[in-house]
Amino acid sequence: MKGTILSFEQVTFTYAPEDKSVKPAVSDLSFSIGEGEWVALVGHNGSGKSTIAKLMNGLLFPQQGTVKAMGLTMSEESLWDIRSQMGMVFQNPDNQFVGATVQDDVAFALENNGVPHEEMVVRVRESLQQVKMADYLDHEPHHLSGGQKQRVAIAGALALRPRLLILDEATSMLDPQGRREVIETIRELREATGLTVLSITHDLEEAALADRVLVMSAGHKQMEGTPDEVFSSGEELTEMGLDLPFAMRMAGLLKQAGVPMTGESMTEHELVEELWTYYSSK
Amino acid sequence: MDILLKQVGYSYAKDTPFEKRALTDVTLHIPSGSYTAIIGHTGSGKSTVLQHLNALLQPTEGSVLIGERKIEAGTKAKNLREVRKKVGIVFQFPEQQLFDETVLKDIMFGPLNFGVPEEEARRRAIALVEQLGLPEDVLEKSPFDLSGGQMRRVAIAGVLAMEPDVLVLDEPTAGLDPRGRREIMDLFYRLHQEKGLTTVLVTHSMEDAARYADTVAIMHSGKCVATGDVREVFANEEQLGDYRLEPPRTVRMQREFEEKTGLTLDELALTEEALAQSIAQALKEGRELK
Repeated sequence: MKGTILSFEQVTFTYAPEDKSVKPAVSDLSFSIGEGEWVALVGHNGSGKSTIAKLMNGLLFPQQGTVKAMGLTMSEESLWDIRSQMGMVFQNPDNQFVGATVQDDVAFALENNGVPHEEMVVRVRESLQQVKMADYLDHEPHHLSGGQKQRVAIAGALALRPRLLILDEATSMLDPQGRREVIETIRELREATGLTVLSITHDLEEAALADRVLVMSAGHKQMEGTPDEVFSSGEELTEMGLDLPFAMRMAGLLKQAGVPMTGESMTEHELVEELWTYYSSK
Repeated sequence: MDILLKQVGYSYAKDTPFEKRALTDVTLHIPSGSYTAIIGHTGSGKSTVLQHLNALLQPTEGSVLIGERKIEAGTKAKNLREVRKKVGIVFQFPEQQLFDETVLKDIMFGPLNFGVPEEEARRRAIALVEQLGLPEDVLEKSPFDLSGGQMRRVAIAGVLAMEPDVLVLDEPTAGLDPRGRREIMDLFYRLHQEKGLTTVLVTHSMEDAARYADTVAIMHSGKCVATGDVREVFANEEQLGDYRLEPPRTVRMQREFEEKTGLTLDELALTEEALAQSIAQALKEGRELK
């Protein structure tokens, strides 16, 4: 079995521990992420996703339970070691640019970490190639589209050669094209490098690409499984404020309208095939 | 309230070396009571058009007619209070503009500023908090202690509390979860119908444009390149493609279905529910004929 990169063991966190009327933001949460996995953490606004992200990188510490990462237990002492092996990309592409050009920006964290100049040049180029932004070395960030900015932010994280890449709602502020660019970049990156990825999202189309999906609701883990397993519980997801992928929503509506559907079609294309088969059969 | 943009041109930092043209010869009529969606790629000029709708920006060429009020290039418009009161804008990420100590004060700020008596402003704030699905005890809390989704609702309540005639929405649900998105868009639609508002929605979501709007305008490279009935605009895939836009998913699925089965649906379905109904109908009739 491959090693565990990150684990939460019965973690509980409350923003106001002295006030008993305030519910914990995260309750008794346990999960783990194995090396090389792509895990999606999904949940509605206020379900505890952002708190989990902050517990992961030591911005917050749990009142109960343990967070372990890279073989270390999260504490004031270990957090720098842990953070250096984790890359994070956040929601707003405009809030995370520090450099005046694309390459300066990617180099920023390397410089901070005392990487020698020659090595830095190599890594900047390499990581920009991985996100297909190598042609934009000297471009100014504010001339890039949202999707391009997020890809540069991913390159900045990759340059540090992290063992785990965390995407915290990294596509939620992008237009549909930008979202597609970023998701495609992650997919290709995974194929090429087998990097461990955790995406925190409420976009189930994005979650559908992951190996495993964790569903959070009101601070609790409600479900865990492959995308197919999780999506098959349709109604429950809708009740938790989430939304099924388009093809599955359509299948549900068609069924309600009296068309017999198997519920097996996961894409639009398969759905149309299924409708055609039904139409051609007697 | 009608809004008419007549051959509007706009340049940022005009007459400086940094001058940058954002709009060219934009003519757009937003009829009173209509629900107009403005679509277009990032950088197409959507947001610049939007800021002309309540004279936050004044045209550098042409004119903008907002109700009775005419804003013309070359003249300095004063006393824009009435315009601002009638045209409410919900900007992108409006929660960034929250500032007051409590949610109640924040929502009341706009109406008080426009001379609404305190009691009335309070009544509106309380009613809106309920309409937006926020718990009542939120009123006395600091807006900064709320979750992102709740902050968004408070910010929206602040605009609605001014009871504008025209509601302009710039990607109002970006970053919200699917249920929150639907709830807020449905609320805007309900207000649009009940209060006879004129609504303008700037969006990247073709699905939202199709579901809610009756008229669609396409912006491209600072120009308004097409306006029309929502079905007309979304049926013209070639035109959408020219401006790097895709039809809504329902339209794409309808086309694929029609091509594959040889059946033709009665009309362009604008929502998932409508598409499911007309596919079911077409299949039923098609099978009976065979």
